[in-house]
Amino acid sequence: MTGILRHRLFWPSAALVLLIVVNSVARPKFLTTTMRDGQLYGALVDVLRGSAPLMLVALGMTIVIATRGIDLSVGAIMAVSGAVALTIIDGSGDPENVGTVLVAVLVAVLVALVLGVWNGFLVSVLGIQPIIATLVLMLAGRGVALLITGGFITTVNSAPFAYIASGYLTLLPFAFFVSVAAIVAIALVERRTALGVLTEAVGVNPEASRLAGVRRRGIVWGAYVVSGVLAGLAGVIYASNIKAADANAAGLFIELYAILAVVLGGTSLNGGKFSIAGTVIGVLIIQTLESTILFLGVPSAESPVFFAFVVVAVVVIQSPRVRGALRSLTASRRRDVAEPTTAEVAP
Amino acid sequence: MSSPTLAAAPHPPRDNDGVDGARPLLELTGATVRFGADAALDDVSFRMFPGEVHSLMGENGAGKSTLIKAITGALPLDAGTLVLEGRPVRFATPYDAQRAGVSTVYQEIDLLPNLSVAENVLLGREPRAFGLVDHRLMRRRAAAVLADLGLDVDPASTLGTHPVAVQQLVAIARAIATDVKVLVLDEPTSSLDLDEVAELFDVVRRLTARGVAVLFVSHFLDQVYELCDRVTVLRDGRFVGEYLTRELLRIDLVAKMLGREVSELAERQRGAVAEPEAVPLLSARGVTTARGVQGVDVDVAEGEVVGVAGLLGSGRTALARAVTGVARLEAGSVRVDGAGARLDSPRRAIGLGLVYSSENRRTEGIVAELSVLDNITLALQAQRGALRPIPLARRRELAQSWVDALGIRPPDLDRPAGTLSGGNQQKVLLARLLALAPRVLVLDEPTRGIDVGAKVEIQNLVGELADNGLSVVFISAELEEVLRVSDRVVVLRDGRVVGTVESDDVTTGSLLALVARPDEDGG
Repeated sequence: MTGILRHRLFWPSAALVLLIVVNSVARPKFLTTTMRDGQLYGALVDVLRGSAPLMLVALGMTIVIATRGIDLSVGAIMAVSGAVALTIIDGSGDPENVGTVLVAVLVAVLVALVLGVWNGFLVSVLGIQPIIATLVLMLAGRGVALLITGGFITTVNSAPFAYIASGYLTLLPFAFFVSVAAIVAIALVERRTALGVLTEAVGVNPEASRLAGVRRRGIVWGAYVVSGVLAGLAGVIYASNIKAADANAAGLFIELYAILAVVLGGTSLNGGKFSIAGTVIGVLIIQTLESTILFLGVPSAESPVFFAFVVVAVVVIQSPRVRGALRSLTASRRRDVAEPTTAEVAP
Repeated sequence: MSSPTLAAAPHPPRDNDGVDGARPLLELTGATVRFGADAALDDVSFRMFPGEVHSLMGENGAGKSTLIKAITGALPLDAGTLVLEGRPVRFATPYDAQRAGVSTVYQEIDLLPNLSVAENVLLGREPRAFGLVDHRLMRRRAAAVLADLGLDVDPASTLGTHPVAVQQLVAIARAIATDVKVLVLDEPTSSLDLDEVAELFDVVRRLTARGVAVLFVSHFLDQVYELCDRVTVLRDGRFVGEYLTRELLRIDLVAKMLGREVSELAERQRGAVAEPEAVPLLSARGVTTARGVQGVDVDVAEGEVVGVAGLLGSGRTALARAVTGVARLEAGSVRVDGAGARLDSPRRAIGLGLVYSSENRRTEGIVAELSVLDNITLALQAQRGALRPIPLARRRELAQSWVDALGIRPPDLDRPAGTLSGGNQQKVLLARLLALAPRVLVLDEPTRGIDVGAKVEIQNLVGELADNGLSVVFISAELEEVLRVSDRVVVLRDGRVVGTVESDDVTTGSLLALVARPDEDGG
């Protein structure tokens, strides 16, 4: 029993389950999933679909945080990649062509990769503090995106492009499969190769890792590249969802939600040990919460407050201090039992 | 739970009862502290008299830290009583203990380096005028405390600009300012040089002259014998005995700490070393670094242990780091078995079979949050590259074999390495390096801050490794240790080699004369 309680994913999972229970009581339809034309619809399906961009960004953020870094530029990278994709499709003259869309997506992700390489270069080669290094792109990126779209919100009508966010692959939304693919790929690469352990070693103790012969530069650089690519993909999904490239709104504040998801999942901002499963749960908590707020009809002005309350509660429960206090509460009870014996022994 | 036995418990040996019939200032009776099922402290008694320096000795895991935590309020007692000046007390926090007069100066100094010396001395008790801190009065008071200890430090200067030794003395001054009765010094000398140790001892003697009881915890036997009046020995969380230092032979003390026979502590038998004229396996020529060493030559034959002796700042660590690619080599060359390489990273040196164990085990050695398993296999995995993982079964087998071979305790591969004792962390670090099957092992202070038992084990291990053909460079601040372990000793002073001696030909005294500055010889 205590073994389960101590597991690092216990509290995040409990929070998610609690949220789902509250939801299903408040709105019985929450758990109802209907099948139409061989496709599933319902609130849960919406959570899975809607969480895709945050999921991708948060996965990248997990790896970056594990190296003791942080990537504030992911939102800006989303804006850039959306702008690149839409500009290509818009300028191609044949927006309905699947080939055009594929090229657009590929180029957008490549641009995001280059931006990730830039971040990684600043951090791992020039040794600039991650928060400063990625702040550069966070501020400049949206300007770049505006430049690409010529200062306008580029919109397109392209069925293949819209499919990315809204389409279904058999039973479930295509975007859901994209997140699952990303989760599986990251988990496999980190845990089936030695990359995960080396990343954690670099995050826990960079100097000890260097002395042990770990190629720290490559590992840190790679983390920012992965984060950039995943943010690029997220940008494409976001743009596909609104069928437009909105340089100012795309991925706004997503870096903060991603950091929150990572922390909710039990990965320390100090770097080191990380948990992909934890991040996945963290993202689902945030997305379920947003869905709840929407459904409960919390006035939009008050919704951030509501959101804040729930997040504070989850974070407080998870904090080592609160957990320690809970533990010492049980420990002191044990001490009280022991005390009479002491009295007998003492002269 | 064990109940107290009715049979008369064998009374632990106490060599004297009380100092001049005085009452103990602090007395701990029947102290028990449990972590889960294990008792870290099992029915331990401990007492201190006013004006004495008392030493607490024991191996890692003997319960020294737990006992210190128990008397300073950092850990609650599961059973037992603590009496201070005749009154039973119970400290909930170190702050409670401090207010009652029990203060601790820790190994890692917990002061605020960016504040002034005066602010640090009077932290939390700043004199106030109209609700604001009265800085002039504060400096005056701090100056008085410092002068009282015979310290010549400007109270207005920033603490962080002073060497560690001075910061430590300031930490003691802070304890004094809180009207200390019992002062705990936990490994205070591990980063001090000889002069600084002498200054610290002066301060301690001034304190005891005023009736303060000082608990001095150190792994340096010399210092324990120089400074301490009495010693309490713990082993495996139990009380072994309390002795007058002057009546206890050094070898007996070690034997009591280890629970072994004196004869087991014999010196290592040196195996036959290759001909001195043979081609050296490690050949470092003209090693020069920006700050540290200038034109140092070191040769190590196969199976030879070469000690490096010198004071702090003599260049002993700079030499080790330059030779192993950790620090930049400004000039000079390093060859292993005739092969050289540009040593621009530790990785490159590892490729040559040249591995380094840092003197800073915590910051540059152990990856504390990762398991013993991951720590042991880290360097080997890094050498293979991230994309060629060693299969888990093979990693466990490998790590287990090193845990067994080096006697790492507890033998649990999945435990975070940071939870092990200092000596066992050092063994994990050694296992990581030995798993690379190196040709040359450079050990910088491998026994610093670890207990005598683990120290002897590591010293013996170095001997065994050398007998199996490994070349070792062994650096230590303890001259006795360097002489015991090494075949040959290179002596550094101010970044240059001032002599090379065969271990069998010299005594600690004559080595000390070489190590010390010339102007100290006549002094």
